[in-house]
Amino acid sequence: MGTATEQVVTVEVALRINGAAMPLALDPRTTLLDALREHLRLTGTKKGCDHGQCGACTVHVDGRRVLSCLTLALAAQGKEITTIEGLAQGGELHPMQQAFLDHDGFQCGYCTPGQIMSAVALLVEPCGPNDADVRECMSGNLCRCGAYANIIAAIQDVRGEAKQ
Amino acid sequence: MHPFSFTTAESADAALRLAADDPTARYLAGGTTLVDLMKLEVEQPTQLIDITALPLAEVTTLPTGALRVGAMVRNSDLAHNEEVRRRYPMLSQALLAGASGQLRNMATTGGNLLQRTRCPYFRDTAMPCNKREPGTGCSALHGENRGHAILGTSEACIATHPSDMAVALVALDAVVRATGPRGERAIPIAELHRMPGDHPEIETSLAQGELITAVEIPALPFAARSLYLKVRDRASYAFALASAAVAIDVESGTVRDARVALGGVGTVPWRSPAAEDALRGRAATVATYRAAAEAALAGAVPRQGNAFKIELARRTLVRALTRLEAHAT
Repeated sequence: MGTATEQVVTVEVALRINGAAMPLALDPRTTLLDALREHLRLTGTKKGCDHGQCGACTVHVDGRRVLSCLTLALAAQGKEITTIEGLAQGGELHPMQQAFLDHDGFQCGYCTPGQIMSAVALLVEPCGPNDADVRECMSGNLCRCGAYANIIAAIQDVRGEAKQ
Repeated sequence: MHPFSFTTAESADAALRLAADDPTARYLAGGTTLVDLMKLEVEQPTQLIDITALPLAEVTTLPTGALRVGAMVRNSDLAHNEEVRRRYPMLSQALLAGASGQLRNMATTGGNLLQRTRCPYFRDTAMPCNKREPGTGCSALHGENRGHAILGTSEACIATHPSDMAVALVALDAVVRATGPRGERAIPIAELHRMPGDHPEIETSLAQGELITAVEIPALPFAARSLYLKVRDRASYAFALASAAVAIDVESGTVRDARVALGGVGTVPWRSPAAEDALRGRAATVATYRAAAEAALAGAVPRQGNAFKIELARRTLVRALTRLEAHAT
């Protein structure tokens, strides 16, 4: 935590988010999560624990799911970052977003962007076919409301369609 | 978080030069431990050197048959590597038993070896901790110590080494390659992690500024039959209460050779030569496995909250060996 008298030194950071270049001037201490939420107003990505334990801040970096709270913005330069805001195409929801709606895969919704970002990444990961496999692959995303059953159903629905 | 400068290293030499004169510099790889501990102000580097762009992300087979794993290979990539799955299943299983999908995509091979303990007193700057602040005392000795170590402890520190991957690697006799101001060297993994003794603040045998570049896993044909079994408070995404990495070479019902290492119970990833001796040359039976488990835990020092780990670790090892034998026949 900085003090009021501490001089904040900023550096130029060139991020690429959801296909667009986003030049910023940031304190080197800024995480990718805070850059998204506080500097770019992309508040779909959520801050839960801020210590890599809850998964609410999950985004994709070069197509792989990572935790934006433990990623420094400076370390994400030159990479392709995708947030929940970047999933829908031309006003049409990503099939995973639609499936979460169809299966009521959330209650309060706070963990949902992280759940969906993880679930979309899981589609191209070596995850087994069963519900138990999906539970294991999704264990890094906590849901305090306990919407897990419907989250699994939503993911399996999309995976089933993808297989056809 | 304390202020720091940030540099992306273009080469290993450049990284070494940046770190050479600065004891407060830290190499940044996946960041899953370091950034977390910086937020807690347990780590206060003034310089971060991003090493993720270094060309150390390859997995290759050496002429000796050893598998060379670059230090920047991500845990998820290593877990799903075909050679690892075929030749060292316990390593793949250990990696997949650790952390979460997101963290495994971030965490690197070198970083995993150097991850810091999850001891809650180490992570809390308001509490005494000999590891974080030498000489202040160990809060865990008479505090909340359910998750703490029972092997390799001292009166100064009982913090558990948290890695799953490293447990498999000590069982496999891996060799850590490092480069530093005084050149390159090979460190047997058993000599990388140091038990706390009177100096829990010194965790590894790496010198200031030394950089892990690769881990080499020797060929070990019988490790194709190996297994990592992890016991924890919940089914997934939790640190081990006890775990066992085992490989066993059985012929005509007799154990010809064995590798045994334990996790969740040691101050370092815990290889057990005593358990291996108790297995070698004996009949591959549950009685033998129980004797090996007795031998593995013979030197355990329990504290108020973690005495249960002695029996838990024994049973974990017996079950791992039993399951491995069942799979083999």
